[in-house]
This record gives sequence, C-alpha cells and structure tokens, in this order.
Amino acid sequence: MKLKSLLVSLGLLAGASAIQAAEPLKVGFVYVGPVGDLGWSYEHDMGRKGLEEYFGDKVKTTYVENVPEGADAERVITQLAKAGNDLIFTTSFGFMNPTVKVAKRFPKVTFEHATGYKLSKNLGTYVLRTYEGRYISGVTAGMMTKTNTIGYIGSFPIPEVIRDINAAYMGAKSVNPDVKMKIVWANTWYDPGKETDAANALMDQGVDVMLQHTDSPAPLIAAEKRGLRAIGQASDQSKFAPNAHIFSVRDDWAPYYIKQVQAVMDGTWESKDFWGGFQDDMLTLASINPNLPKDVRAKIDATLASIKSGEFKPFTGPIKDNKGNVAVPANHSLTDVELAQVNWYVEGITDEIPR
Amino acid sequence: MDSDLIVQILFAAIKTGTPLLFIALGELICEKSGVLNLGQEGMMLMGAVVGFLAAYGTGSAGLGVLAAMLMGCLMSLIFAALVLHLGANQVATGLALTIFGTGLSAFVGSGVVGQTIQGFQPIAIPLLSDIPFIGKILFTHDILVYSSFAITFALLYVVNKTRIGLTLKAVGENPHAANAIGIKVLRVRYLSVMFGGVMAGMAGAYMSLVYTPMWVENMTAGRGWIALALVVFASWRVGRIMLGAYLFGLASIMHLVLQGLGWSISPNLLAMLPYVATVIVMVIISADQFKEKLLAPRSLGKPFDPRQMA
Repeated sequence: MKLKSLLVSLGLLAGASAIQAAEPLKVGFVYVGPVGDLGWSYEHDMGRKGLEEYFGDKVKTTYVENVPEGADAERVITQLAKAGNDLIFTTSFGFMNPTVKVAKRFPKVTFEHATGYKLSKNLGTYVLRTYEGRYISGVTAGMMTKTNTIGYIGSFPIPEVIRDINAAYMGAKSVNPDVKMKIVWANTWYDPGKETDAANALMDQGVDVMLQHTDSPAPLIAAEKRGLRAIGQASDQSKFAPNAHIFSVRDDWAPYYIKQVQAVMDGTWESKDFWGGFQDDMLTLASINPNLPKDVRAKIDATLASIKSGEFKPFTGPIKDNKGNVAVPANHSLTDVELAQVNWYVEGITDEIPR
Repeated sequence: MDSDLIVQILFAAIKTGTPLLFIALGELICEKSGVLNLGQEGMMLMGAVVGFLAAYGTGSAGLGVLAAMLMGCLMSLIFAALVLHLGANQVATGLALTIFGTGLSAFVGSGVVGQTIQGFQPIAIPLLSDIPFIGKILFTHDILVYSSFAITFALLYVVNKTRIGLTLKAVGENPHAANAIGIKVLRVRYLSVMFGGVMAGMAGAYMSLVYTPMWVENMTAGRGWIALALVVFASWRVGRIMLGAYLFGLASIMHLVLQGLGWSISPNLLAMLPYVATVIVMVIISADQFKEKLLAPRSLGKPFDPRQMA
C-alpha cells in the first residue's frame, strides 16, 4: 500500500503543472505507522476519510504510511509538496524538524504538524488534550480497582506521557485516597508482544485495572485472559476484550481536518498552536462497557460533562509534585504552553521519571 | 520479591523466549549448512498472518499452526531457489525476503485486522505440573511451548549424535569436500533452508495464535533480528540457543518487572540488556583465538557451485 501511495504521489508529480483554481484542494498526509495499526495512524487515516466524505470531490487526498522519523520523512514531505498538495499534515512528533525545513522551501504550501511546538508563517501545530481522557480513565480505574493498585503502561518519558500519567493518578486519587499506581515503560509505541509482557508484569504485581499509552490492543487482550480490566487507547478497542474493556478514549481528527481544509479554501488559514479535547469533539469515550456498575457509569458521565463544559480542568492548582514543591499554584490552571512542559510527577506517585 | 513472583517471572521468561527459540533453531540449522538467511522477519510475519487467517477461517488453532508452517516453508523455498539455484547474494536476497514478507503480510492480513480468535489454551501436564516451583514454570504452558521443548531435544540429538548431523556439518564447513565424498550439497542446503522456514512459520504462529491472539501489521516487531543475534550468542550450539532464548526472555521481562517494583533504573538501559549480553558473550568467545575459528560454519554465506573447485 505504501508503494501504491508513492506511485500516486509520483503520478501527481507528473500532472503538477496543470493545477488551476478550479481543481480540488490537494491534501497530503504523512503517517509514522501503518494505517492498520488500529491506533494512532489508523485514527489519522479515519480523519482523512472523514475529510473526503465531507468535501466530496472538492478535495483530493494522498497519504504515505510507515514513514520513518528522520531523513526519509523530509524526502516524503518534499515529494508531497512538489506533487502539488496545497495542505500537508505530518502526524508524528518526530516529523517536526523535517516539516520545518520543507515548509521553508515551499512557502506557498500550508503545513500542519501534529504534537510539535515549532511554528512558522505557513506551518501550524495541533495536539490533543489526551490528559482529559486520562483523567476520566483514572477516576474510573480508581473506582473499579479492588486491590487499590492500578497500572500504567508508558511508551517514552516525554511530557505528553508524563502529563497523562499525572492526570490519571489525580483522577484515581480523587475517588480513592488509598490508590497506588505502578508505572512500567515499554520503550515502544507499538510492539504487541512487549506490551503483553508489560501488562502481565503489572498484573503479576497486583494491578487489576490498566491504562496504556502504547498503541496496540495487546494489553486489553492480556487483561481479558486474566479476568481483569483495562482501558483502550486512541481507537475503539472494545472488540478485543468484550469483558475487560472499560471504554476507549478515541482520537477523532476529522473535525479538525475539516476545519483547517475549509480555512485554506477560504483563505483564512493562519499559523496557530491548536489544542483540541472533548469540547472540540476531538476526543470521545468509545464503547463504554454496559457491564460497569451503575455508580461508576454515573461518575464517568458526570466527570465527562464537567470537562466538556469547560467547568473542570484537571491541571488546576494547588498541585504539588512528588518532591514536595508547588507545581501549580492555587487558582491557576496550566496554560497550553505550560502543559507542553510538564516534567514532574504529581504528589503521591512513588516513582521517579526515568532520565 | 516473594517466590510466587519469581515463579511468574520465570514462567513469563519462557513464554517470551519461545518465539525466539523457534526461529533461532531454524536459523541455526540453516546456518550450519552454510546458508545465511536474513529473511527471518519476513517468513515469521507471513507465518503469523497465514496462521491467523487459517485459524480464523476454520476455527482450529491447530490448522492455523500447520498453515503457518507451510507458509514459512514456501517463503523459504523462494529464498532457496534464488540463492542456491541461481546463486544470488544471500544477504541481499534475505533482506529482500524480509521486506517482501513485511509488505505482503500487511496486504494479505488487512481484512482480519481487529478480529480475535480463541488461541491455544494452557495445558497443565499431570504429575509434572505438581512438582513445586519447577512444575509451574515448565509444565503449565500451551502445546506450542511443549513442542519447542521437544524440537530442541530432538535437534540436540540429531545434530550431535547422528549421521545427519555430521552431513550437515560437512556441508557447512567444506561443501567441496562434502561434494567429493558424494553428499548432495545443494539438496542438504535446500532442506536446511526449508527447515528454517518451517520454524519461522511456527514462531509466527506462536505470535499470532498464542502470545497475542490477533493479527496486526508488523506484530513480530524485530524478533527475527534478535534471533539472528541469538545464533551468534549461542555460538552455533543447539543447547545454548535454548539457554540464550530464555535469557533474552528473562532480560526483557525483568526490565518490566523491576520498573513495576519501583526500581528507578533507566528503561533505556534495561532495554539494552539482551544486546549487552550478546556483546559480552562475543567478547568472551573472541578472546580465545583458536576457539573462535571452530565456531562459525566456514562456508557461511558463500554460494556453492559444484562445477567450481575450491
């Protein structure tokens, strides 16, 4: 499929000179994983399909999947720009520098980079408030655990993941003061075998509800096998674990992609750092399991409602870090810029961030 | 650490080591005959996807394993035809096989992404599984793990104690001499490569039917490459392959367990453990100049053309 999409972009390259205003807007996507990963890249591709559905023949989309983060990425992005794409989405943190470079060389093309922080005149960034979903996950896990031990499978100790670990723990603590959290770093975004091992290691140590910040459904399957519970990440993973699955925090990129394509069509696009969450319909709770106790379900709905209305923000002070320093002062909610720099664990997490 | 946890860790180490054991045993036989096949990852992925498809279609995990073994064998035949018959470069052909298998498996499996099956259930062997400590670690697995035990012991015998083992060694060490005494060098190599394919297929089936009973693209995540390192680590001995596979399994389990116990060791450092172990073994082996020469099959990676004399 990768070959096919490359051929498509080569084909576009040949016809690039014939572009006129009446032509459809050409939108390119660069994915870090396969579209069949059922997680991160899969959801971006669902967003792309949503875009096509919404605009019909007013847009023409191309994607390249499985693009390694590095020199290859620059080549692929350049190719997409040369092929006459008007708007290019690069969807992984590691595409940041290649995107910045290519954006400089193609000032007439608009670029959007997911999860990065470098902006320029024709380059915007966008990121999900995944910590909102993590907070609700934490609340649920805190209520569901019988051993008072919940587990978190981390990928890499970057601010996004550390922020989400904090949100999950604060959520759990808010309903269960005795809760403990065990954190295991799998050191990968995607390795079903490794994720299974991590899940089993946690369950061997008394964890009975798991959250994951890695992309495959393997931890859910492991939990299903042992009759324990877990929460899905990025896409709806309920079918992998009909009993174990609590809910999945699903990423939904389509609303954002539609909005930005419209802006480029109207000539109103401007470079911004955009953060989207439940309020923007870019996060949803997918397939909440009907086997949850009534009070847990009610609490999930209530927490979701208060986040969605903007009334509650998880990172509102006073919050102390686990070394006793004030991390967020009273009456202050972390701004987006501050959220992007969280590098401390909240008070109560008896662990240290690996350096 | 209590003894229950230790039992669970060792149990998990064997499970984690099993796919490595399968694929490394296959590669070992292949290399013993003098052929270096870097296509392990591709064969394993094809085995995983075809095994899953068969198990999903027929509802029988056993048929899934059979299909995976056949598929691995078919993949290895492509390799064998190119390398042995047409004399293509082994390294390049092997790499091509991996790339081919990775892409094709994603294509073939796209229809069943997200489906689940009932994989193999564990079977506790009566009596043996009641032995304290050891019983739980060794004898409460599923049928594929038991087959890996059986295959290892069978190979130990065949490679070290039989005429077949000697023939294999002769072909790998000096194909021209073997040819001169009437051994069909190419036939032995064909069979060895096919054996490697069958084992890679089994390793794939273990991944998609037992370890994580599902199919997703690239689910083997580089285990084929670890197996290649493992063969060197084991210095081409069957027994050491088993030991090494479980050590690798243990190292990757410990990396996760220690974190859960609150040890603040850098996960990057822990993730390196299996590779550090390989390097250390290499250093120890290489320190002995004489021994080193006896290890790798001498004709490894070199094509054999019966018309040319050595």
